[in-house]
This record gives sequence, structure tokens and C-alpha cells, in this order.
Amino acid sequence: MNIVVCVKRVPDSSARIKVGADNKSIDPAGVEYVLNPYDEYAVEEALKLKEKAGAGEVTILALGGPESAETIRKALAMGADKGIHLKEGSQGRDFIATAQAIAAELKGRPLDILLFGNKAIDDDGAQVAAMVATLLGIPFVSTITKLELNGRNATAHRPVEGGVEVVEVALPAAFSAQKGLNEPRFASLKGIMAAKKKPLEEKPAVAGEPRLVLVRLDNPPARPVPRIVGTGKDAVPALIKLLREEAKVI
Amino acid sequence: MPGPVVVFVEQRDGKFKRASFEALSEGRRLATALGVPLHAVTAGEGIADAAKELGQYGADAVKVADHAKLKTYANAAYARIVSRQAGSASAVLMSASALGKDLAGHVAAMLGTSVAQDCTELHVEGGQILAKRPVYAGKAYATLAVNGGPMVATLRPNVFKAAAPDASKTVAVENLPLDARDTDFRAVVKEILASASKKIELTEANVIVSGGRGMKGPENWGLITDLAAALGGAAGASRAVVDAGWRPHEEQVGQTGKTVSPTLYIACGVSGAIQHLAGMSSSKFIVAINKDADAPIFKIANYGIVGDVLEVLPALTAEVKKLRE
Ligand SMILES: Cc1cc2nc3c(=O)[nH]c(=O)nc-3n(C[C@H](O)[C@H](O)[C@H](O)COP(=O)(O)OP(=O)(O)OC[C@H]3O[C@@H](n4cnc5c(N)ncnc54)[C@H](O)[C@@H]3O)c2cc1C
Ligand SMILES: Nc1ncnc2c1ncn2[C@@H]1O[C@H](COP(=O)(O)O)[C@@H](O)[C@H]1O
Repeated sequence: MNIVVCVKRVPDSSARIKVGADNKSIDPAGVEYVLNPYDEYAVEEALKLKEKAGAGEVTILALGGPESAETIRKALAMGADKGIHLKEGSQGRDFIATAQAIAAELKGRPLDILLFGNKAIDDDGAQVAAMVATLLGIPFVSTITKLELNGRNATAHRPVEGGVEVVEVALPAAFSAQKGLNEPRFASLKGIMAAKKKPLEEKPAVAGEPRLVLVRLDNPPARPVPRIVGTGKDAVPALIKLLREEAKVI
Repeated sequence: MPGPVVVFVEQRDGKFKRASFEALSEGRRLATALGVPLHAVTAGEGIADAAKELGQYGADAVKVADHAKLKTYANAAYARIVSRQAGSASAVLMSASALGKDLAGHVAAMLGTSVAQDCTELHVEGGQILAKRPVYAGKAYATLAVNGGPMVATLRPNVFKAAAPDASKTVAVENLPLDARDTDFRAVVKEILASASKKIELTEANVIVSGGRGMKGPENWGLITDLAAALGGAAGASRAVVDAGWRPHEEQVGQTGKTVSPTLYIACGVSGAIQHLAGMSSSKFIVAINKDADAPIFKIANYGIVGDVLEVLPALTAEVKKLRE
């Protein structure tokens, strides 16, 4: 079974993000980068599927600058077999240009299962996975919390408003991982050592054609000045009055 | 001549979603600003009659793909139908619901374009559509323009205003053929497991009462759900609470949970970690109840009470109930 997991290097979820003076990029000072948290669920699921099947290969694919190699190694340390690094210069990519580069690499490769994170926590898109699947012409199920294989078929759970869709799909297929799918393992020291020797292929990413142009990047709109209404349950009447008369929400 | 603004309208069991009316109303505004028509497109089974209603939200044309195979969501087939209507469109809008977020990527890839996802603002400037959307979990906002082709955008639910329907408006409904390929039905929804309770969906709720580790334990959760019920709202939770197994994943608010934008968000015993704020900081009014006056949640709350949730919540619920009597 050939499983490919797409991973992205993103700022840590607790990073302070400051818009740069150019109003086009973020100020990189002090920002730490990690393997996208949703992609950890995808990697974990791939490893579990391989373990269950007792055979197969898990390939990690990342598109990004030189530092993305580190992100791939993190997934290799968890237990994946090999990595592909689509190297990228400084050019910006939107979702479709990213998807085009990933699809170009995957086209023609043996592939049974393609896994993504639900979204990258930098651009908050949740778009690349559906785009890659569409470009490759394989079916896709997004934001899954459960995946079961049954021969060449898979059943996935996809939470939607007010319920869970049970989706059936034939392989090869793509899925994006939602929190709840599994508990990602930590890389062991042994895993980290082994990852250094695992194959990591580097190649230039094909040029993309971004269709969305960043006009500007701004700080979030300011919130009103916070107000402490009072202490303990005695403050409740004052809060009620504000919610009714000032906010007019109850 | 620029093409129409196309809005995909989502339905479940033959009922159109309020978030889709928000998208339609915003589409109407954009279409007027651009001087182009507004087209509503919807898909499902047995919905042709109900679709007449969409004209009341300002659509100049209503197009319906009505077929048994479209009863439940089939992503590629729905996308095929929408993309066929959107080749020359100025914009393709839909709600950033579970369905809309999924559909948008398929539609865009079929059209060879990208998506402005989860927008909080759209406007027309110099004949061009600009889309504003949160990035880095709301720590920054990007304004985007499209370079050729339609602006495919999803709209964050509860942010855009749905206009009141105008019952005097009638528009003929056009039936679309089932214009999909067999391969578009490879991912098929076999069944929908409905949530056990008939809860209000978090992302659609006007009021959310949300609890954190300060609630001390699952045995106190009734205090959260009582207040939510009294306010006609939904109950949410922090990740700490979900990871502790007190509440299910579907109730988690935040960066790895749901993004919500209610009119009123009441955070109870939630510290206000940056990943929690990521999911709720676009709420209109935020109330925080926390015993620690320095808790970060107070920095973004409109109103705060410093105190023990176990004591404040019953008093608050009692007062709200009094108002409702
Ligand atoms: C990658 C990543 C993703 C994450 N995603 C999310 C996410 O989506 N959503 C999310 O919520 N978190 C998320 N987190 C976790 C986040 O960092 C915090 O750990 C979490 O939000 C804390 O939850 P809490 O506020 O309930 O608990 P705590 O931080 O423990 O806060 C409890 C609060 O309750 C108060 N308190 C205690 N007792 C009382 C009382 N009797 N009365 C009143 N107040 C009381 C305390 O003063 C404290 O402020 C994520 C973390 C990471 C690393
Ligand atoms: N540059 C990238 N390299 C590899 N995978 C990516 C990249 N960007 C996005 N992805 C994958 O697509 C998922 C969704 O990303 P996005 O659509 O950008 O939110 C991520 O969780 C990754 O699995």
C-alpha cells in the first residue's frame, strides 16, 4: 500500500504574529515553526494504516523553502519511510499554485491513499487537499474523524453541522484529517536518529500560477476596551443591564 | 461585459440554510455594485419548488439541479454543476460551512483558480472584487484580489447580514441537467448520523456559552447548558475540556476546533489561550467569567466578571430566566 502524506511547515500556534512594515508579510522575528498540527493527525493515520496492513510505504511530501526539510524529518521521526521535498524559492503561492505543484509531483506515482491535514494553520485554507484531489482525478473526503479500510474501499466519518456524514469511497482516494481522528505519537529518540538516515529526495517545485493577489495584510480589527463589570455573583445584575441596554443582545 | 455573481445555496432535507441567505444577500450587494445579475444555484432532490423562495433574496435567476443522485452531498458532482454555471462569472460565493469549505476547493480547481476562504468582508473597488479574510487564526487579515477568472469566495457564517425576503418578488426556476460524470460520484454519503440531541449547531448559533477547565469537571456542565438553553444558544468548550474527555470534539472552539462568530459569546472558566481566541475573537460581544483577574480572556472581553463560575453561572441563569418569563 502506497500512502503519501502532504505536510507543511507553519508558525507555531502560539506564535505572536505581527504584520510587517510592508503590509504584505509577517514580521519573522521570534516566530517559531512547527509541523502543521493537523498534518500530525494525517501522518499518524498513515502509520496506523501501514501497521494494520502489515506492509506498505509512507512517503512525506512538503513544498516549501529549505527549512521544510526539517518538517519532513519530523514526520520521518514519527515513523514514515521517506520524504520528498519540493523546493521553492521566495515566490508566494496561493492554494491553487500549491496544489498544482503537489499534483504535478504525484501524477503517475503509485498511490493508494493520499492524506492531508484539514487546514494549514498559517493560511487557514482547507483548500489545497480538494484541489490536489481534483487535479489528480481521485475522490476526496474532507475533515475526517474516522477511517476504515475494507479491501479497496474505505469508509470515512465527516462531521458536518448537526451530524456526521458516513462517506464511502473507492481507492485510490484522498482524505484530510480533522482533530479527533487519532492521537499523534511522539517521535522517540530512536525514531529521531533513524530519520536522519531515511531517504529525502529534493527537487525544484514546478512553477505555479497564483490567481489570488495579496493586496495587503493588516492587523486584526481592534476590539472595544474591555470592562470588568464586578466581582462574584453580585455583578450579575450589572452584567444583565449592560447586555440588555448597551449591547442589546438579550 | 463581466459575468454574473453566482451564489451556491446549500440545503439539507429540502430546507435552505440561513448562512446561504447571508451569502445570497451579500451576492446581491456585489452584483449591484458591479452592475451584473445575481444567479442562485442549488442542488438536491425534490427542491425545485422550494427554490422559488431564492428569488425573494434578490436572485435574478434561480437554477436548480434536482436529482435523486444529488440528495446527499457528492462533492465532485456538486462542483461540476456549480463550475459549469461559473465559467464566465465575476464571483462564485458560498457559505463557509462544512459543505461550502469542501465544495469551494473542488469548484476552484475545476475552474483553474483559487479560493478566498472564510471571508469576513467583500467589497468592490474600481470594478474589482476585494476579499478580506482572517489568516494565522485571526492574528492578521489578508485582503485579496483575483488575477483573472472569477473570485471564488466562502463567507464566514453569521458575519454577513441576511436581507429580509421580499415575498413580492418571483423568479422562474430553471432546471439544470445532471451535468456530472460517473466518476464524480465516487465519494458518496451513505448515511448521516444525526447528533443525538437536537442541539443548535455551534457555527450557526447566535449565542454560545462555552466552558473551560475552570468548570472543574463534567458534573458541572449542566451550568453551561442551562445558561445556553435559557439564552436559546449552543454550548461550546475549550480544548482542555475536550482533551480531558468532558465534552466531545464537535463542541471544541478554537484553532483546532470550530471557528464561531456569534452575537454573544460567554466564556466560563476559559483562560483565553491564543488558540482558543483563534476560534471566537470575531464574536460581536464577548463576556468572560473567570476567577483570575489577569486571565488573558479579559483582554478581549467586552464585559468581565471576576469570580467563581460555579457561583456566578447559577445566578446569571436565574436572572436570564426571569427576563424570559
Ligand atoms: C496546536 C494547538 C492547538 C490548540 N487548539 C485549541 C483549540 O482549538 N481550542 C482551545 O480552547 N484550545 C486549544 N489549544 C489549547 C490552548 O493552548 C489551552 O491549553 C486551552 O485553551 C486551555 O483551556 P482552558 O482555558 O479551559 O484551561 P486553562 O488554561 O487551564 O484555564 C482555566 C481557567 O479557568 C479559570 N478558573 C479556574 N477555576 C475557576 C473557577 N472556579 N471559576 C472561574 N474561573 C476558574 C482559571 O483562572 C483559568 O483561567 C491548542 C493548543 C495547541 C498547542
Ligand atoms: N506547501 C505545502 N506542502 C505540502 N503540503 C501542503 C502545503 N500546503 C498545504 N498542504 C497540505 O494541504 C493541507 C491543507 O492546507 P491549506 O489548504 O493550505 O489549509 C495541509 O494540512 C497540508 O496537508
